[in-house]
Amino acid sequence: MTNANKATPGEPSEAELLLPWYAAGTLDPNEMEEVEAALASDPELASRYEWVRSEFAEETAIGDAAGEPSPADIKTLFAKIDAMPARRSQTASGLSERIAEFLASLSPRTLGWSAMAAALALVLQAAVLGGIAFHEKMPGSYQTASVPQAAPADGSYVLIRFVPQATAEDISTFLEANDLSIVSGPSGGQLYQVRVATKKLPDDELPRVIGRLQKDKVVGFIAAMP
Amino acid sequence: MPTTSDESLIAAIAQGDRPAMEALFARYRIPVFRFLMRMVRNETTAEDLNSDVFLDVWRQAGTFEGRSAVSTWIFSIARYKALNALSRRPTEELDDEKADAIPDQADDPEIALAKKDKAAVLRQCLLKLSAEHREIVNLVYYQHMSIEEIAGIVGIPEATVKTRMFYARKKLSELLTEQGIERGWP
Repeated sequence: MTNANKATPGEPSEAELLLPWYAAGTLDPNEMEEVEAALASDPELASRYEWVRSEFAEETAIGDAAGEPSPADIKTLFAKIDAMPARRSQTASGLSERIAEFLASLSPRTLGWSAMAAALALVLQAAVLGGIAFHEKMPGSYQTASVPQAAPADGSYVLIRFVPQATAEDISTFLEANDLSIVSGPSGGQLYQVRVATKKLPDDELPRVIGRLQKDKVVGFIAAMP
Repeated sequence: MPTTSDESLIAAIAQGDRPAMEALFARYRIPVFRFLMRMVRNETTAEDLNSDVFLDVWRQAGTFEGRSAVSTWIFSIARYKALNALSRRPTEELDDEKADAIPDQADDPEIALAKKDKAAVLRQCLLKLSAEHREIVNLVYYQHMSIEEIAGIVGIPEATVKTRMFYARKKLSELLTEQGIERGWP
């Protein structure tokens, strides 16, 4: 017997949490059965479900009212695709090719003499970042954080895993904005060793730095290096 | 006639198959556009982002490993692009402070009448939710995504998906109360 409709005072029950998905019809059979049992035995829950149904109806109306993209969108898309460099086999793309593509994407001004040093730094970062792309995520998967090595004695270091959607440009921007540098990686679990300071930070300072960096949209996981 | 699976289309796209790209685009262009519209609330921006999303699908099809549904992958790209677009806006996000600044038109007879129309008020309150709450409400109710799928799109644990939706609904109740509609919950 499940207790899907029993909740800690002040906290929603599991059945209540599942009501939106019940309304949308996206629960698995077991969960659906639990919610139905809870609704049948709890009139209060059943009355709250009526609000869920209203929300479902109005969100559907909002979505439908958003309309459709322009009929010309497919032409626009393929015009952009056709403007891209000739496609190579994505599985065979080597590091040198990715660096070449990255350099090709930089504007002439960026590649000017005065920006050459910055471009070189970016290239080095890109080389380390390697094949970052839109890898899809496996929800709820556990990835072993195989730490490659302990942190060097000088400086302060963290391990970062970037969100799959982050592009190399997003990550470079993040690194530059926070004065960070990638030391190595990715290791198993797509972890990068990142230097956050050139000197050893006080014990209470590093957690604050981690807390700040964690809020950036490119950061999927961050932890201090042992 | 059996429909070609998303996974088959992605595999073909990775080889540069344009008809496969057209088919996938036709399948997802409207739902992704409507998700983007919900997030960025601007038709021109949503159209531009929609194009960018599928351009990235074209570019990155070869990296798709099938560990999640194709739809999860596509929507995670769309979400990321929407959040990027929102972060670049100086004052666009309709946060709590901005919602409070909406003038109280209680004296307007039309508004008073509308207040009796709970559905219309509910719809207005749904529109006022923050981006974080808008996305989950839309993914649950409109995109019909499961808890697992949303966890994959948003990058949070399944338990957090459920509680985030709960707090989105709780915020909705607060907004409704401000408009004179009491749900008596939570």
